[in-house]
Amino acid sequence: MLDFLRDLLAPNRPRLMIRPDNAYSIKTPLVPANSVAGRSLVMVIAIMTFLAALTAGAATLIAEASSDWRGEAATEASIQLRPTKGRDIESDLATAADIAAKTHGVVSVKIYSKAESEGLLTPWLGQGLDLQELPVPRMIVLKLDTKERPDLSKLGVEIVSAVPGASLDDHHIFISHLGNMARAATMISLFIFILVLIALGIAVASATRAAVATNREIVEVLHLVGATDHFIAREFRRRFSSLGLSGAILGGGGAILFFAGVKLLSNSWRATAGGDQAEALFGDFSLSLTGYGVVMLLIACVAGLTGYLSQQIVFRHLQRLNE
Amino acid sequence: MLSFENVGLRYGVSPETLRDITFEIAPHSFQFLTGPSGAGKTTLMRLIIMALKPTRGIINIFGKDTQRLNQEEVTATRRGIGVVFQDFRLLDHLTLYENVALPLQVQGREESSYRAEVTELLRWVGLGERVTAPPSVLSGGEKQRAAIARALISRPKLLLADEPTGNVDPTMARRILRLFVELHKSGTAVIIATHDLTLMDQYDEARRLVLADGRLHIFE
Repeated sequence: MLDFLRDLLAPNRPRLMIRPDNAYSIKTPLVPANSVAGRSLVMVIAIMTFLAALTAGAATLIAEASSDWRGEAATEASIQLRPTKGRDIESDLATAADIAAKTHGVVSVKIYSKAESEGLLTPWLGQGLDLQELPVPRMIVLKLDTKERPDLSKLGVEIVSAVPGASLDDHHIFISHLGNMARAATMISLFIFILVLIALGIAVASATRAAVATNREIVEVLHLVGATDHFIAREFRRRFSSLGLSGAILGGGGAILFFAGVKLLSNSWRATAGGDQAEALFGDFSLSLTGYGVVMLLIACVAGLTGYLSQQIVFRHLQRLNE
Repeated sequence: MLSFENVGLRYGVSPETLRDITFEIAPHSFQFLTGPSGAGKTTLMRLIIMALKPTRGIINIFGKDTQRLNQEEVTATRRGIGVVFQDFRLLDHLTLYENVALPLQVQGREESSYRAEVTELLRWVGLGERVTAPPSVLSGGEKQRAAIARALISRPKLLLADEPTGNVDPTMARRILRLFVELHKSGTAVIIATHDLTLMDQYDEARRLVLADGRLHIFE
């Protein structure tokens, strides 16, 4: 029967050696690669992912720096003594340090020398200034027990009554401001991040609709040979997920390189006053493992989101056609 | 297997293209659908494969009213129908093997379960050496046979062929007709849309459904 049919349709065709059946397989995607504006879409996704990764990385950097600052600030308090005419500041420093050291919950007390106190102003005033003539306040830094915190209001009252012109700063205003600033920065980053993702979604939706229109004939053939809408939508998802992954790796990888580059640059700025200030604010600009984790997660999310969006758009489009 | 009852179809506000079409297709039957160009043969085929909805009347396929089918049921019904399109509708970016395997691939079957079947069928239709070729390099006759192979691969209960000999020489046309006759004898119901009278004369046992002026005339 089989030979009959073969002879019937191609009687003069030479009988060539046929390759084994397993030599053939389905390799070509049903949605042709060149039917989607692939390169442009990959570039758009790469740029969007880069921007999203920058905002996510920046938010992580700020959140971590703020957490470090607040952590450090909460374990410390400082006594500030302004030079007052007629008083021996060194004696006042010793008195205040003695009161602090005897307070339960204060782990250690360090009196900053005049040079050290002046050194604290260097990041803001620069090096090489002669501060001898200026009434630079003197500092005593208290390390606090984080488990059994001292009664700082009581300590403040004791120090002010014993040493006129002294003040105790428990950094709570600073900590509160830092917290507010970090929250605001994180919210702004989140807002920008969401805007970038919306823009990415719009770009993918537009590219998907164009791809469906371009492949209208393929979609019709698939329907007529018995493909379900889900099957066709999945084929589009496969194509777009692959484009999304390429773009996300490009953009996310670019962002990782960007942060690595900034870290290298910050190392070379470190000797300058501006560099010191920046480092005081943001640390050494290096993303932590969490930061890199966020960028990697973003890459996976962008690829997944691209595929999911395209699948949903194609499916809804096909459902509308069937109505 | 298939029945049309007073089916009419019009596009927009124009007069009806098909009017009061009533006929039945029995299992294991063979019929030619003929008529002058523009009579509505392809339109009737598209109604059968549910690519068009009738303006009025009832179409039953495999015992189900097509108007009442949901999308999943439409898909399941289509899987029982093999179609050879007039313009082949092969996908140019796929190889011949991939084109023929398409109806099985879309059913979600594992490729290993049908690989041998596809290559075997391609050999049957004389395309065993063209398995990896894209349709764009095939001759008209080869494309025709590839389209036939794709229509047959899922072992349909009903085979529709729209002008299947329109692009081949008379010798190949006779061979293709014999292939359809053999398929019919093996249990498939066949409808061949053609206006080639010579082709129809070669198989007298077939019913003739003649479309003219939007109406269908049946010659048993």
